[in-house]
Amino acid sequence: MISKKISIFAFCALFITNICSNAYATEECFENLSRPVFKFNMAFDDIVLEPIAKGYNKLPKPIKIGTSNFTSNISTLLSIPNNLLQGNFNQLGQSVGSFLINTSVGIFGIFNPAEKIGLTPHKEDVGQTLGSYGIGSGCYFVLPILGPTTVRDSFGLLADSFVDPFAHITIREKELFSISGNDLDYFSVKGTTAIDFRADNIVNFDSLEKNSLDLYSSIKSVYLQDRENKINNSSGDQDDWGNLDN
Amino acid sequence: MKKLSIFFVTFIISFTSSFSLQAYSSDPKEFVRELVNDAIEKLSDKGISKEEKAIFIENIAIENVDIKALGLYTLGELRKSSDKQDLIKYQETFEKYFLKSLTSRLTDYSSSQFEVLNSDQKSSNYTIVSTVIKPEDGSPDIKIDWRIYTKNPDKPLIRDLIVEGLSLARTQKEEFASILSSNNNDIKILLIKLEEFIQTN
Repeated sequence: MISKKISIFAFCALFITNICSNAYATEECFENLSRPVFKFNMAFDDIVLEPIAKGYNKLPKPIKIGTSNFTSNISTLLSIPNNLLQGNFNQLGQSVGSFLINTSVGIFGIFNPAEKIGLTPHKEDVGQTLGSYGIGSGCYFVLPILGPTTVRDSFGLLADSFVDPFAHITIREKELFSISGNDLDYFSVKGTTAIDFRADNIVNFDSLEKNSLDLYSSIKSVYLQDRENKINNSSGDQDDWGNLDN
Repeated sequence: MKKLSIFFVTFIISFTSSFSLQAYSSDPKEFVRELVNDAIEKLSDKGISKEEKAIFIENIAIENVDIKALGLYTLGELRKSSDKQDLIKYQETFEKYFLKSLTSRLTDYSSSQFEVLNSDQKSSNYTIVSTVIKPEDGSPDIKIDWRIYTKNPDKPLIRDLIVEGLSLARTQKEEFASILSSNNNDIKILLIKLEEFIQTN
């Protein structure tokens, strides 16, 4: 069973490497399909996500901050194996330290005392780990509900559920230190994370929507820049102005 | 008639003096600090109307943002192969589009604290000034890097804002590239889209 899983993983890795070596980040996989999916996602956002996010923003500040801290603390669990896979031991220490302190002193992650003592771990996922190995992003497309992605990142998204300890004790129904959960726990946390993110970006998103000539392309650019920065752990000040004639 | 002329002249003088643009420092870090503090002061002044604020922001942008270079950058490689007349028309339209887009964001302004963190001279032409905006409503801090063009050391100009690692110029460039690539790299289609935006906003 395990060898079958490894074979599938190896095949997928080979497949993605092959695709990525033949595609550029800004190339579309199937734009004619991605644009209607994007429209569907925008409608979903208008009808479901944005109203919930606006309601969430009306919650008392301590509840909002506590919820945000709680989901952020759980997502640190995914960073731990990825920091290990990237050989980034400084960040590994930050992630483990932050998770342990916030879960114990911070009462299950509702408070964030780790930040106060200087522990600010980066969020890492399998897509970023593959990127740090030099695997290109591959072409770009849009998934229903989940939004923008690339070949590498969609593979990473799938692989996340295999390396994320939280996914193991919930959707995989395994026990870890006598703790276990179920699908509902997993999807509740992921859904809340999405709402928290959307609520934080209400103004930014409205502004982008209002000022874009082609929102699909703007979102694509923002997504790809963000992923690039996360992989390089940089702040995105790459200089491509050099060849501008004046 | 004379009274009317005096009134007119007084009006123009008082109007222009209340919105006259101060010369900011030539040091990139101080330039950003002075410019942003000036803008925050005006935007948070409840005695100034929205229209007056828009005029102020437009003037500040014309004076301190390298709109011409930004227009060329966002056009990408097409700037090298485009017809000269088209390019002139594009530059004019882009400036209108840029200013319109900028002033429409005025409504997004909310009271914030602004802090200049540091500056990093990348070359003789560019300095990146790192700043942070701390919204007073308790929202998370926003990190903004300013790409300052310093070819003329006496007159620094803003070329890009990198908000939380996302370059506004690059986003604009990739948006334009997408429009152009789906329209056979026809700059006239881009001009039509820009005009539409200007008219509808």
